[in-house]
Amino acid sequence: MKARIVVTLKTGVLDPQGKAIEAALKSFGIQDISGVRQGKVFDLEIASQDREQAEATLKAACEKLLANTVVENYTVEIV
Amino acid sequence: MRAAVVVFPGSNRDGDVARALRRSGAEVVSVWHADTELPAGTDLAVVPGGFSYGDYLRCGAIAGRAAAMDAVRAHAARGGLVLGICNGFQILCESGLLPGVLMRNVNRRFICHRQFLRVERADTRFTSAYAQGQVIDVCVAHGEGNYFADPATIDRLEGEGRVAFRYCDAEGGLTEDANRNGSLNSIAGIYSEQRNVLGMMPHPENFVDALVGGVDGKGLFDSLAA
Repeated sequence: MKARIVVTLKTGVLDPQGKAIEAALKSFGIQDISGVRQGKVFDLEIASQDREQAEATLKAACEKLLANTVVENYTVEIV
Repeated sequence: MRAAVVVFPGSNRDGDVARALRRSGAEVVSVWHADTELPAGTDLAVVPGGFSYGDYLRCGAIAGRAAAMDAVRAHAARGGLVLGICNGFQILCESGLLPGVLMRNVNRRFICHRQFLRVERADTRFTSAYAQGQVIDVCVAHGEGNYFADPATIDRLEGEGRVAFRYCDAEGGLTEDANRNGSLNSIAGIYSEQRNVLGMMPHPENFVDALVGGVDGKGLFDSLAA
């Protein structure tokens, strides 16, 4: 099975990179945007054929390493 | 005082911190990140600065889960002393030994300059050679030193007197200009609940020899080795 994990900053956590990217986009003439936040995407493959087991594995991966839950949220999606 | 300096792939300040500790009279050995135990009789575990694992994923994220960090956690749980500097502070936060996280500097720049710090308390194993409220002149060199934690954690740290150092000006004032990475409450370093673990972004090990510009960092190593 293939899966995608998306890690994003929690609401209210300052994102200097997002701000810089937003400023850059505006400087390139893309004006009609706001609230840019940068996150991370992890695409991976799981050996298990059992969906529930795979979801548990993905959640463990996020909690153990991929997300710092002090400042980040994550979503897992089996594709 | 027997100190063990944990070395990760990408550590680069391990030599300097070992030298600073030896100058203050400590015995120092190196521990590789894959080691599962600290040497018998270790009093102090040091997590040095650098760019462990290339700062991949998040600064300190991978190092925080390395085998040697299990040994450091066990050492801390026994009441052993732990010092994390710069990347070491990031690693201690990622390992769960200290609360909060070091985020990208608010000014989006890698900052590398001399920095005044205010010593918040002088009654710990790390700061007894200083005076409370003393302003010391050390260095900072980091891109991710912006200390962040949720409001309840900040209240707890402040309420329990667990802020070790704050970024300040030459007079000890907590100005915005002195806090260039944007840390909450100008926090430059914090203690664990039992005050046996200290994490700090600035580099006291840079300034232990007048030959290289200053000696204000020496007090920390003298305190530990005393």
